[in-house]
Amino acid sequence: MDIIIVGCGKIGKTLTQSLVEEGHSVTVIDISSTVIDSIANIYDVMGVCGSGTDGEVLEEAGVSSCGMFVAVTRSDELNMLSCFIAKKMGAQHTIARIRNPEYNMKNHTFLREQLELSMAINPEMLAAREMINILKLPSAVKIEAFSRRNFEIIELIIPENSILCDKSLVELRSKLKGKFLVCVVQRGEQVIVPNGNFVIQAGDRIGLTASPDEIQKFLRSASIDKKQAKNIMLLGGSRIAYYLARLLAVWGNSVKIVEQNPDKCAELSESLPKAVLINGDGTQQELLLEEGLDRLDAFISLTGTDEENILMSIFAHTHKVPTVITKLNRDELTDLALKLGLDRIVSVRKTVSDVLVRYARAIENSKGSNVETLYKIMDDKAEALEFNVSPDFTGIGTPLKELSLRPNILIAGIIRSRNAVIPTGDDVILHGDKVIVLSAGQRLNDLEDILK
Amino acid sequence: MNRRLVVYNVGQIIKLIGVLMILPMIVSLCYGETRCVVSFAIVIAFSLALGFTATIVFKPDKKNLYAREGFATVALSWIILSLIGCLPFLITREIPNFFDAFFETVSGFTTTGSSILTDVESMSHGLLFWRSFTHWIGGMGVIVLIMAILPSESGRSMHIMRAEMPGPVVGKLVPKIRDTAKILYIIYFVLTVVEMIFLLIGGMPLFDSAVHALGTAGTGGFGIKADSLSGYSPYLQWVITAFMLIFGINFNIYYFLLLRKFSTALKNTELWVFIGTVLVSSGIITYSIYPLYNNFGDSVRHAVFQVATIMSTTGYSSTDFNLWPELAKGVIFVLMFVGGCAGSTAGGLKLARVVLLVKIIKRDVKKLLHPRSMPTVKLDGKTVDAATLSGVTSYFAIYIFMMALVFFILSFEPFDFQTNITAAVSCFNNVGPGFGEIGPMSSFSKYSDFSKLILSFTMLFGRLEVYPLLLAFYPGTWAKK
Repeated sequence: MDIIIVGCGKIGKTLTQSLVEEGHSVTVIDISSTVIDSIANIYDVMGVCGSGTDGEVLEEAGVSSCGMFVAVTRSDELNMLSCFIAKKMGAQHTIARIRNPEYNMKNHTFLREQLELSMAINPEMLAAREMINILKLPSAVKIEAFSRRNFEIIELIIPENSILCDKSLVELRSKLKGKFLVCVVQRGEQVIVPNGNFVIQAGDRIGLTASPDEIQKFLRSASIDKKQAKNIMLLGGSRIAYYLARLLAVWGNSVKIVEQNPDKCAELSESLPKAVLINGDGTQQELLLEEGLDRLDAFISLTGTDEENILMSIFAHTHKVPTVITKLNRDELTDLALKLGLDRIVSVRKTVSDVLVRYARAIENSKGSNVETLYKIMDDKAEALEFNVSPDFTGIGTPLKELSLRPNILIAGIIRSRNAVIPTGDDVILHGDKVIVLSAGQRLNDLEDILK
Repeated sequence: MNRRLVVYNVGQIIKLIGVLMILPMIVSLCYGETRCVVSFAIVIAFSLALGFTATIVFKPDKKNLYAREGFATVALSWIILSLIGCLPFLITREIPNFFDAFFETVSGFTTTGSSILTDVESMSHGLLFWRSFTHWIGGMGVIVLIMAILPSESGRSMHIMRAEMPGPVVGKLVPKIRDTAKILYIIYFVLTVVEMIFLLIGGMPLFDSAVHALGTAGTGGFGIKADSLSGYSPYLQWVITAFMLIFGINFNIYYFLLLRKFSTALKNTELWVFIGTVLVSSGIITYSIYPLYNNFGDSVRHAVFQVATIMSTTGYSSTDFNLWPELAKGVIFVLMFVGGCAGSTAGGLKLARVVLLVKIIKRDVKKLLHPRSMPTVKLDGKTVDAATLSGVTSYFAIYIFMMALVFFILSFEPFDFQTNITAAVSCFNNVGPGFGEIGPMSSFSKYSDFSKLILSFTMLFGRLEVYPLLLAFYPGTWAKK
């Protein structure tokens, strides 16, 4: 698909990378020729230098034949305007980044309809949502839901001395009596699709599929469930902090925000009556201890500096805060942070590019292939895909144990009407089902691809 | 420096060259030249073996391709390409001297068209075809061809493309590099076939048409007759003239024409400067040579042919312009520097650079008059950024230095000033013929082996626009860290 991206800041760049890896033909537009040069050197894209609201520039980028138009410049207004122009010039789907809260409240639907936007993305809101997900289910490193929300995949790291350690998957199943499936394991750099004899060790990062209730049950019986966060501290009064505090207030949590800038503090305290605003330097350990770091359920570092976020998260970690979430802007720091023991990392750029890659796939699917949802898990080393089963799938009606699957592929779940089925060897795939497939290291476009 | 990746990429090129050599082998087979067939078969087997060894042994574990790997790949590929390309000449012993064979092959791949052969007509058909085929491969670039065929493994392959494609700015036609390479090669191929058809209509034999079409397309200039194109009919000369000019124009323009974006195509400043230069210099030469031919038609034909051949840096000739008056020779000499448009298969400094240099001078004069003014340089209605401008000026400096250096080395030879200066200029700009001892009807065979080697590298430097080779010879490039 031909995709145009306007604005090559941090998000634009990550997005370009993901979309090029997906095999799309990407054209980027930016006002700065230096930025265009550098991005055209690194990725296989065409660069056009100019403004995204300039019709001539858009024409040069081929807007009339593009399938998806994404505007992610710094300015909301510019994004909206260029999407509007692009739509009028023939772009099929337009997506604008709109982050100002003013546009995101009541005006949201109105603006979207009037500007004929296919989607308005608010990166900070998306990041806040992701953090809420982590807080809701503190044991999971990452949680994603498949369609109709009755099937979820969670990633978690097995702690030392867990009852899960040193047991094979068959033993686990009979012991916990739950309907769940361990579908992928990351050990060190290696990603394994395990069979029944696989033995779990401490430090493994496992991917598990089940229905939401089963996941709660599994965590409780495996006693790696922690109590839900109530007492939460946010470091830095950024936009994410604002959205997060609002969402948390709805849940009835107590939120403390540490912010250095007094003006920002006043502003936030006005718009967030339920949150406690602390004016001070959040990197001062003394201050954090004074504000009760030891008694926290969750600590979330949201400052604008990645290094600060990493350091303060480590500090909170050493003070035994049960849940520590680190926001990172630069993807290359993720690996480093993981090595330092920070397992809950939210990268705004990655969150946004995941959403848009999924959207691009959805557009493609409407013309042919039938991937419903796609999640990249285990640091992008594996994918969990949800397929609609079409009537011409050759494996229909065959018990799963008789299907010859390609290596490193696993059928992780079947959604039949509203029920989640954890498949055993005797289950069959029927027309109208949704099938969740886990694939390590290969790209699938069609359900047929899983067969040898 | 990711050496494994560089060797791997070069291995791919070696394989490709083995495959491409099948074509001249088939030609030899058609003419029953057993010796040629056998030697091509040996070279094909050798290069495939070498290529597969390189790609299997040096399968890279990391695929990081940065600018230095790109430059190194291009430089090494071209040197190895020339070494393998000269093997058929050596094995058949039709050019027994290594330096001669190397010169001839480099001259082919760089689309120069300078020859050391004193008796072209005695060569076997297979080798003559191979010689012209090297023009065609080298014209658009062998690495661009690889990119069109193989799926790109790294987004950064733009570095390679930039190192191989001449011109101040190398852009893409479509977002994907592979599609861009494909489009370029399709345009190239179709135009070549069209030219062949036009030549066949004019009654040129099939073999001659093929060889001349390949030579024109790559703007090379290897002929198969001692007197180049003088012996062919005026119609054929006009066809060749037209196609030399066509291949001297930026290929992007043809793409825009295909897309029916006529206004974009015609907005190209370089195109108009190209047309203007052709008209003006043809006019001057016609005026200058009219007394020689005493016939307006012939004078115009020879004038336009020679302007086209020199500007597109092809190097065919319809007459011995070595015998022309000084004014006509002066125009030709100046045109040797200019070359064709950026993004074409022509060599030389490129008109785009000439245009930019003139605009830079204009800007600097303005700046002297109004020291506080902030004039910008625009091309095709767009502001050209400072990095491109300084790239153009520094390239111009290194371009002049290189030619001066080569001229100085050649001065040790016992030839006159005119011969040596035009040898340096002609080889560096990939034109082909010069004046004096190396005029269009004679050859470079009189030069010593050492000078031939120097001139071979001069041609490579000119074709790759200096920097890739310069970096390849700079020890820091190959450092492990």
